[in-house]
Amino acid sequence: MKIPSSIWTLLIGILLTLVSLWYGQNHNLLPAEASEEASLVDGLFNTMMTISTGIFLIVEGVLIYSVVRYRRRRDDDKDGPPIHGNVPLEILWTAIPAIIVIGISVYSFDVYNEMGGFNPHAIHQAPVSPQAMKMPGAAFAATLSTTPATAQSSLTQQEQDPATAAVRNADQIPQKQNAPGAGIVSPTIGPTIEKQSKPPALQVNVTGLQYAWIFTYPETGVTTGELHLPVGQQVRINITANDVIHAFWVPEFRLKQDAIPGRQTEISFTPSKEGTYALICAELCGPYHGAMRTQVVVEKPEAFAAWMQQQQVATTQTLDQAIAANPSSPPELTSTEFLAPYSRDMGITPETLHQIHN
Amino acid sequence: MVQAQIQQKANIAAEIDEPGVRKWWEYFTFNTDHKVIGIQYLVTTFIFYCIGGVMADLVRTELRTPEVDFVTPEVYNSLFTLHATIMIFLWIVPAGAGFANYVLPLMIGAKDMAFPRLNALAFWIIPPAGLMLIASLLVGDAPDAGWTSYPPLSLLTGQVGEGIWIMSILLLGTSSILGAINFLVTLIKMRTPGLGFHQLPLFCWAMFATSALVLISTPVLAAGLILLAFDLFAGTTFFNPTGGGDPVVYQHMFWFYSHPAVYIMILPFFGVISEVIPVHSRKPIFGYKAIAYSSLAISFLGLIVWAHHMFTSGIPGWLRMFFMITTMIIAVPTGIKIFSWLATLWGGKLHLERPALLFAIGFVGTFVIGGISGVMLAAVPFDIHVHDTYFVVAHLHYVLFGGSVLGIYAAFYHWFPKMTGRMLNNFWGQVHFALTIIGLNLTFLPMHKLGMMGMNRRIAQYDPKFAFLNEICTYGAYLLAVSTLPFIINVIWSWMYGPKAGNNPWKALTLEWMTASPPAIENFHKPPILATGPYDYGLENTSEGVPLSDTEPVLSASTNSVLRANPDEPYPAIAAETDER
Repeated sequence: MKIPSSIWTLLIGILLTLVSLWYGQNHNLLPAEASEEASLVDGLFNTMMTISTGIFLIVEGVLIYSVVRYRRRRDDDKDGPPIHGNVPLEILWTAIPAIIVIGISVYSFDVYNEMGGFNPHAIHQAPVSPQAMKMPGAAFAATLSTTPATAQSSLTQQEQDPATAAVRNADQIPQKQNAPGAGIVSPTIGPTIEKQSKPPALQVNVTGLQYAWIFTYPETGVTTGELHLPVGQQVRINITANDVIHAFWVPEFRLKQDAIPGRQTEISFTPSKEGTYALICAELCGPYHGAMRTQVVVEKPEAFAAWMQQQQVATTQTLDQAIAANPSSPPELTSTEFLAPYSRDMGITPETLHQIHN
Repeated sequence: MVQAQIQQKANIAAEIDEPGVRKWWEYFTFNTDHKVIGIQYLVTTFIFYCIGGVMADLVRTELRTPEVDFVTPEVYNSLFTLHATIMIFLWIVPAGAGFANYVLPLMIGAKDMAFPRLNALAFWIIPPAGLMLIASLLVGDAPDAGWTSYPPLSLLTGQVGEGIWIMSILLLGTSSILGAINFLVTLIKMRTPGLGFHQLPLFCWAMFATSALVLISTPVLAAGLILLAFDLFAGTTFFNPTGGGDPVVYQHMFWFYSHPAVYIMILPFFGVISEVIPVHSRKPIFGYKAIAYSSLAISFLGLIVWAHHMFTSGIPGWLRMFFMITTMIIAVPTGIKIFSWLATLWGGKLHLERPALLFAIGFVGTFVIGGISGVMLAAVPFDIHVHDTYFVVAHLHYVLFGGSVLGIYAAFYHWFPKMTGRMLNNFWGQVHFALTIIGLNLTFLPMHKLGMMGMNRRIAQYDPKFAFLNEICTYGAYLLAVSTLPFIINVIWSWMYGPKAGNNPWKALTLEWMTASPPAIENFHKPPILATGPYDYGLENTSEGVPLSDTEPVLSASTNSVLRANPDEPYPAIAAETDER
């Protein structure tokens, strides 16, 4: 008995759906999820991957079937049937993709809203203490202040920022903190919806420059070359650039934001998994663009606090008091003796120090 | 009698008895014949394609290993900048213009383009602009800020190289604008009597949409680049934040052209595929009007999606959502085209031995991957993750290589007999096709995963964990380089010694096949006649067709009538609607 073609179509349809659903969840194409936002993005991607797999298999299947079934047989020089179109069919294949893309748009809109993309004003409610604004490297946070600094004071502030002083010279475009006019602060991804009422637990100012990232923690004044974040706490990253456009990207967080000179852009997120991840510059910034990467360490709040304390010892002083810049000023002390009080604060034993020095 | 014979019989009068033949040296002159200019375009752009391809392979050689060990990072940046600029502005865009130049006047039964001298000028701008761009390598200061050339980076890298790049793009843009005006006027004013818009071959519709897009968007790029040149040479600060400028404004101006440029690069080849598939599967195109108007829809929508390249640039949330939705909607007219091509293939008699059809089928099969990843990229939350990564590189190469370049090859195999009067070798064409499809998927498929896992683009060194997939990509790129050899040898050999093609080797119905191969210098002796529509294949298969011997034309005014007037009459009545033919 011949099986009717409608049965075949149904069976192929069911098989196609199952394969698509399976592959949409098992594609193994994305890295680990290390932020709360990442799981939202991955849910969207998995849905798109499911639909895409179905469409891909339909198109390739029809192509392969046509190639096999409708190839010209030898000595057949006649033309095919004169079918010019089929209006209901054309309406169907216009409507289905339209519904699919509208559905994906609505889903993306929802995910974007969940991630806090439409929360441009809530960030201004976050308190920024006057002390935090005067901290080294915290100059970008000043733009959040309700009373904007005058051009003169911001210029002074800019020149005094030790975090970027080393790279600022006449040849390079100076860091600009306070451009005239509106739109200088472009909040892009705010806190997730349920966290919008709360201020972020931690703020970090990030400056991109050729070819490094500088992270400043305004609450403590610590300036570092790698980013440490406590797990499970919402963090706001204020991003700007010194010279050319860079982009802050942590693949495991699924978040990316351009660092644009003359602008401050902000993203908020909550790291959800401990680990060390690569922080990559994703916007072409010069020949050594590929080398511009550092790491993000997501750690337990206690470990983060301990790390912060070590860093404070190393970086709270201004440059002329820094121990590295002023070695062994009392000549009677050996370097080990001179460093002993500092290394004790940093949690380094004299033995370790001795090993490093020799 | 099949439709092609009817169409040919009706157009015997249009053939020129003793077509003049062009001398070889005429192809090196400021000739105003659209066929000479078309071949000048195609040969020139193919040479640039080879140069751009060598650069791509140098880039891939550097990326074979994670370390910087083949060229210096500065040279590496110059290589990918030049590769992209050459492939876009000196290969795909002018190749589309080249085919349109050759085929479009023939398709509409015209003797030449509307403005022949302007046409020659548009071509002759290209070689100096291209040579200038490549010469920047010899100066030792090649542009190295990427083909997007975002300030402030482009203002800080070499001034000479950046200046050469701007000048070269301005010249090529001018050439493109001149060509677009010419195509539009030719299409509107020069159609043979009785050839209405709805009888135009779909390639003409595609060129109409493309030319409109070029005219609207290219001047904005020119404006952006002139402002950039002022910043570069005159010390103004349009895009320089130090003086109150804004680098993001440049991105808007750049992408206002450069996203439509994507459609400028793909629409002509959508048109080519709409020509190739019906001819070689011996079936009318499915949904003529849907395909024709979807070209216009893509052209319009293409103008309002540009900021999807800037989702991470700090643009406001509502703007991101607006551009996400417009970008998503573009998938609908594109989908209409894909499904219409599939329906055209369905039930036809596919001449699979012909490389033109193979490349057209390959086009549909690989372009759909680029289309799907395009919809994914439109979704803002996902784009934020993969923007500026190898996922984007994979997407754009599936669209531009798996789409445009396969379309260019389909067009070469389809129209080569018309252009030269000789047939290409089928076997080497099949080898070329197989190598190209394997090479292309080997090179670009792994890049999807690389991008999502965390490999950013435009880097000379990368995380060693990506080494394996990158090595596959590199070998794929070498295979692609090898795959062009059968094509080049086939073309050169067939051009000189290939078997004669005859006027209409594919038994096609469009008017370019109703004259000699290669066509006479002024194309047609008399204005050609449409005895049948451009895609009316298989009408002889219908049972109620009115026999040609019927002397009562009134009887033939039914759906299945194949011919309703004496072919010897110069202007037979032509049904305006496909259904009435």
